[in-house]
Amino acid sequence: MRLEVLKTYKIYIGGQFPRTESGRYYTPENKSGKKLANVCLCSRKDLRDAVVAARSAYGSWSNRAAFNRGQILYRMAEMLEGRKAQFVEELVMQDSAKAAAEKEVNLAIDRLIYYAGWCDKYQQLFSTVNPVGSPHFNFSVPEPMGVAGIIAPQDSSLLGIVSVIAPVITGGNTCVVLGSEEKPLCAITLAEVLHASDLPGGVVNILTGKPEELNPWFAGHMDINAVISCDENPEVQKLIREKSVANLKRVFFYDKRNWTGGEGESPYLILDTQEIKTTWHPVENIAGAGGGY
Amino acid sequence: MPLRKEIQYLPDFRLSPRIDQVGVEERAARFTKRSIKNESKKDGLRLVLNMIDLTTLEGKDTEGKVRQLCYKARHPHDALPGLPAVAAVCVYPSMVKTAKKALEGSGIKVASVATAFPSGQAPRDIKLRDTRYAVANGADEVDMVISRGKFHEGEYNFVFDEIAAIKEACGQARLKVILETGELGTYDKIRRASDIAMYAGADFIKTSTGKIQPAATLPVTLVMLEAIRDFYNKTGKMTGMKPAGGISKSKLALHYLVMVKEVLGDDWLTNEWFRFGASSLANDVLMQLVKMETGQYQAGNYFSAD
Repeated sequence: MRLEVLKTYKIYIGGQFPRTESGRYYTPENKSGKKLANVCLCSRKDLRDAVVAARSAYGSWSNRAAFNRGQILYRMAEMLEGRKAQFVEELVMQDSAKAAAEKEVNLAIDRLIYYAGWCDKYQQLFSTVNPVGSPHFNFSVPEPMGVAGIIAPQDSSLLGIVSVIAPVITGGNTCVVLGSEEKPLCAITLAEVLHASDLPGGVVNILTGKPEELNPWFAGHMDINAVISCDENPEVQKLIREKSVANLKRVFFYDKRNWTGGEGESPYLILDTQEIKTTWHPVENIAGAGGGY
Repeated sequence: MPLRKEIQYLPDFRLSPRIDQVGVEERAARFTKRSIKNESKKDGLRLVLNMIDLTTLEGKDTEGKVRQLCYKARHPHDALPGLPAVAAVCVYPSMVKTAKKALEGSGIKVASVATAFPSGQAPRDIKLRDTRYAVANGADEVDMVISRGKFHEGEYNFVFDEIAAIKEACGQARLKVILETGELGTYDKIRRASDIAMYAGADFIKTSTGKIQPAATLPVTLVMLEAIRDFYNKTGKMTGMKPAGGISKSKLALHYLVMVKEVLGDDWLTNEWFRFGASSLANDVLMQLVKMETGQYQAGNYFSAD
């Protein structure tokens, strides 16, 4: 007979695993009333620290070669594959059936592979060469926006969080993510996977706690450039929209979205957190020759 | 230079008090544990802003950059009205004239580094000319560096005489003496260098040039503050303190204020006797002040870089 060594679920900020600054914890339970774990109940100050980490990681992540970002996302999928059993076990503990849990983990892995492939391809898809009436070569390309604040879906512990993080970092952004409140286990275990892959610290920062408490801080923070929420509640959506006005951040609601289906992955999700930059490049009008752009 | 009457005898600097390293570091760590309530924090932050020597000491400095910095000194953040200006702008001697003109009528001082900053490896006559040049161009304050090499050789008389000579060359300008604590090595030596500087006539003692790591730390500053206190008790003369380099967060700056208050008292809590040598601290303080005003965390790109 030995005592089980229970895992301490800590948060993930700047490539490190601190406890919440607030010293608060909560204990989510599954449907049969089993206590899942003691999980950090993050405060606005944890969010503040995470945004600082995300901002400082942004420069090198957004300047990294797109192909290299793809390699890193692929590596994340590889590491996730290696920890499959643990994720299945956690999902089962959080009320999934065994078969559904296995399916969810497989889908999460495939989703990372999917976005790994997109890393150096969405630019071609969304770039345009524009017709203009002057001797200019005029083209538009997508560029990352900066730091995204993400409130992950509540009902899907692993697939949900992977599906919202992947398109954001594929596009060269960094992010701060709040995991599912009631099913937080996979979010933190995912942080351990990210930590063990080649993803630089600070690109993804994972917090746990109550969306209700942190929503206004996500939406109001001047150094967050986009907020993605999966909340269906119109009151919550209204609050986020209002608070986001201060620095005109982009707001997206991925509500009522079925993450297991075809709408769970799309290059248009990458486009959501991109800015379009248009360049006017003067060209010589050779001997009055017409045509060109 | 004639010594003032109240200092009849110079102490033997070899006998400067020894410093208990563990004690000083633990004492300094205590200052970071004080709880500061919001009202005091706001006043504290405004005081910090008012104590900053806004600094640019780069080889690539241009007159335009210096004018820009002076504008920042006069207008830290116009979106938040009623802010105090910074204490001084700190530049190289060649930029003093530009800074002086840009700050005309604002009451903000111009500080100039001098004496072959940052190494101090030059003959005395060059250091004196450097100092006179800065003062002639209108510097209100001179930041000199001590000869660390001579100090390590045990040539305390040389170091003392040099500081005294520069003090004389400063005339009306106040003299800050940079010890470059990162190159001194031990707290004992920092204490000894502080004593030498103050007895030789320093108006301020300053930790670092900002070019060497480690720069200012809480324990180093504590050692220097205690030297100032002992000197004050012995001679009745107040000396200013300027930690410089490595202080970029408001929270840390508030810890420094706590330390000054607890070691030296309220008399030193003005920019006449305490300064921060920093370039990025100002923006962090401004971001905190705006956060307290609006209730929202701020982003660096809404504040002018310099």
